[in-house]
Amino acid sequence: MPVRPTAAPLLLATLLAATALTACGSGSGSDPDTVKISFKQSTDNSIKVMDTYLADVKKQFEKANPGKKVELVPIKAPDSEYYVKLQQMLRSPKTAPDLVYEDTFLINSDITSGYLKPLDPYLDKWQDWDRFIDTAKAAAKAQDGKTYGVPDGTDTRGLWFDKDIFKKAGLPGDWQPKTWDDVLAAARTIKEKVPGVTPLNVYTGKPAGEAATMQGFEMLLYGTGDGTTDPLYDTATKKWIAGSQGFKDALTFVETVYKEKLGLDVADALDPNIQTRIRGELLPKGKLGIDLDGSWLPQDWLKGSGHEWPQWSQKLGLAYMPTQHGQAPGKVSMSGGWTWSIPAKAHNPDLAFKFIEAMQTKANAQKWYVANSGIAVREDVAADPAYVKAQPGIKFFTDLVASTHYRPAYPAYPKVSTAIQEAMEGVTTGDSSVGKAASGYDEELKTATDNQVIKK
Amino acid sequence: MGTKVAPPRRGGLLRSLTRALPLAPAVVLLLLFLAGPIAYCAYIAFTDLQLTGQAHSSFVGLDNFRTAFKDDAFRNAVWLTLVFTVLSSLVGQNTLGLALASLMQRASKPVRTLVGGIVITAWVLPEVVAGFLLYAFFRREGTLNAILDWLHLPSQNWMFTLPILAVSFANVWRGTAFSMLVYSAALNEIPKEITEAAEVDGAGGWRRLWHITLPMIRRSIGTNLMLNTLQTLSVFGLIWVMTRGGPGNRSQTLPLFMYEQAFQKSMIGYGTAVALLLLVVGSLFSVVYMRLLRTEV
Repeated sequence: MPVRPTAAPLLLATLLAATALTACGSGSGSDPDTVKISFKQSTDNSIKVMDTYLADVKKQFEKANPGKKVELVPIKAPDSEYYVKLQQMLRSPKTAPDLVYEDTFLINSDITSGYLKPLDPYLDKWQDWDRFIDTAKAAAKAQDGKTYGVPDGTDTRGLWFDKDIFKKAGLPGDWQPKTWDDVLAAARTIKEKVPGVTPLNVYTGKPAGEAATMQGFEMLLYGTGDGTTDPLYDTATKKWIAGSQGFKDALTFVETVYKEKLGLDVADALDPNIQTRIRGELLPKGKLGIDLDGSWLPQDWLKGSGHEWPQWSQKLGLAYMPTQHGQAPGKVSMSGGWTWSIPAKAHNPDLAFKFIEAMQTKANAQKWYVANSGIAVREDVAADPAYVKAQPGIKFFTDLVASTHYRPAYPAYPKVSTAIQEAMEGVTTGDSSVGKAASGYDEELKTATDNQVIKK
Repeated sequence: MGTKVAPPRRGGLLRSLTRALPLAPAVVLLLLFLAGPIAYCAYIAFTDLQLTGQAHSSFVGLDNFRTAFKDDAFRNAVWLTLVFTVLSSLVGQNTLGLALASLMQRASKPVRTLVGGIVITAWVLPEVVAGFLLYAFFRREGTLNAILDWLHLPSQNWMFTLPILAVSFANVWRGTAFSMLVYSAALNEIPKEITEAAEVDGAGGWRRLWHITLPMIRRSIGTNLMLNTLQTLSVFGLIWVMTRGGPGNRSQTLPLFMYEQAFQKSMIGYGTAVALLLLVVGSLFSVVYMRLLRTEV
C-alpha cells in the first residue's frame, strides 16, 4: 500500500517532538554526583591516547570517590572545529560541561566572553600547584590577573636537522648555530654542496595557518629583542605593537629564505598540507636539511602511527633556535599547549576541580606527558629520570621550557596571527617588499585590535 | 466517501481547513527549521556578535555590510565567486553535461553504461574525497604534470599558478553528472518524428541543435542552470581541501571568505552578513534564469 505523502511529515513531526521532549528531560536536570568532561578526540580512529588516559583516571576517581561518577563527552573534530563546537556548548547552562579541555591559543577569548570560571580559590588550596613551572602557570592567566586553567603539559620548538645531509655538506654533527646568520650560512652550504634537497624549512603564509605564525615567524621575532619583553604585545599599555624593527627583521629572514631558494619551492611552501608532507615525506626520506619545527614530531613516527620511523633519533639532530645576534639568553622557544578549565556555567565545579587534581597527581601527569609526546610543566616530573628517558629528544625540549615564550593569546590574537601570515606570504611570494608587508601588517593590526596599537 | 465532485458551498472553509490540516506539520517544520534560522541569521547580520572574545554583543545596524563593501578581500571573493560560477557551472557543467547527454543518445549501450558510470561516480563521491582526488591530480607530483611531462610540455603547480581554474575544473569534474542526467531525460522527451522531419528537410546537425533541440529543452536548461548555479555558489569543501582559498586569496570564494571571518576570526556577525549577501547573489542568478525562462516559453 502506498503511503500517502502527508504521512511522512506527520511522522517526522511526531518523532522530532518526541526527541525534543526527551532531550529537554535529560538535559536540564543535571546530576550533582556526576562530573561531565568534554575533550578533543582525535579525528584519527587509531589514535586513542586521550581516551585511554581519561578512562584510566576516571576509574581511579570513581574508586576514590564512592558515589561520584564521571561522564566523558568526547568531541571528535580537528582543532579549529573543536573550538567552535566548544564555544557553542559553553554559551548555555544546558550544554555546558563541568570540565573542558582548552587550547591556550584561545583561552583568553573564552575568558573575555565569560565562558570560564577563575580557579584561584581552588589553586590557593592545592599544594601541587607549586610544582608547576612559572611560565606554565602564566599560560592560563588572564588580563585580570586570575588563572583560568591548569596546563597539562606544553610544547617547545627548535631546529631539527638531518645528520646525513650535514655530513655530505661538511657541517658538524653536533651543530648548534649561535645567530640567525649561522642558520642561513648552514642552509647556503647545504644548497651548494647537497643538490636535490631542501636546505631549510620555515613555515609561511596562510595555508600553514598558526604553524606559520608560531613555528615560523614568532620563533624569529621573539629572538630579536632582549628576550624579556613581548615583541607583539605591550603589557604595560595593554596595546599591540606596530612598526617594530624586530618585525621587519623577522620578515627579512623569511624573505631571504625564499628569495635565495634556501626553502621549499614557494608553491610547495604554500601547500595547505605542507605540515603533513614535512613530517611524513620530506624528513623521513632525507630530503630536508633543517626544519624549524615543534617538539611533537616524533608522535607521528612512533609505532603504529602510519609513518613509522624508529630510526629518527639516529638520523636527526636537534639544535636550539638562536637569537638574532646571539644576544642573551641565546636561545628562543615558543610554547603553547592545553589546559583543563571549568566553565562558568558548570553545574559541579567543585567536583570538576577534584578531577583535575586526580589527573595531576605526579604519577598521572607523567603518564600523560609520555603518552602524548608532551613536555612536562611540573618540575618534579621534568626531573624524573624515568620521564627524561622515555623518548629521545624529550630532555632537549624540556630544557627549553625555562626560556620559552607564550603567545599574547588575547581575544584579538587569532586575527593578529592571520595578519602575520599575510605579511609572511607577501614576502615569500615576492609580491611585496618587507617594508610594504610590514606596513600592511600595521594597518591590519589596527582593524584587528580596534586600534589598540602602539608604535615602537 | 462517494462524492466525486465537491462544489465548495457551505462548510467550504471547514473543508479546506481539514484538507490543509495534513500540511500543517510540514509548514510548521519549514517555519521552524528553515524560516527560523534564516530570520535569526538576518538578525545576527546586524549585530557585532562574536563566537568568543566578547562579553556582550550589540546591534550595529548596517556596519557589517558597510565593512564588507569597503573590504578588498570581500570584493575579491565576490569576483572569484562569479568567475568560479560562470566557469564551472554555466560554461563547464552545463555545456559538458549537454554534450555528454547528446553523445550518449547515439552511443552504443556498453559505451553509455561505461561513460555514465564514470561520470556518476564523480558525483556520488563525497565532496571532500573528490577534493583530495583532484588535489592529487593537480599537485606538483600529480597525474596532470606526469602527463604533461610525458608530452614534453612544461609542468607546474596548478593550484599555485592558476588556483581558481584548478578548483573550477574540479567542480566541473564533480558536478557534470547532474547536468548530464537532467539533459538525458530532456532529450529523451523529444519526439523522434520532429528530428527526423527536420533531417528530411535538410537541416544539418548544428541547425537541428539550434532550432529544434535547444528550444525544446529550454525548460530543462533553465532548471538545470538554476540548480547548478545555486549548488556551485555554495561549494566549500572542494576548495577548502584543494587550496584553502589560497595561495593568498586567489581562490577564496564567498563561502570560504565567510568561513574565515566567522570561524577563524570568530566574527559571527560579519560572517553572517556575508552569508546574507551570498544569498542575495544566489537569488539574483535565480531571478535572471526565471526571467529568461518566462520570456522564451
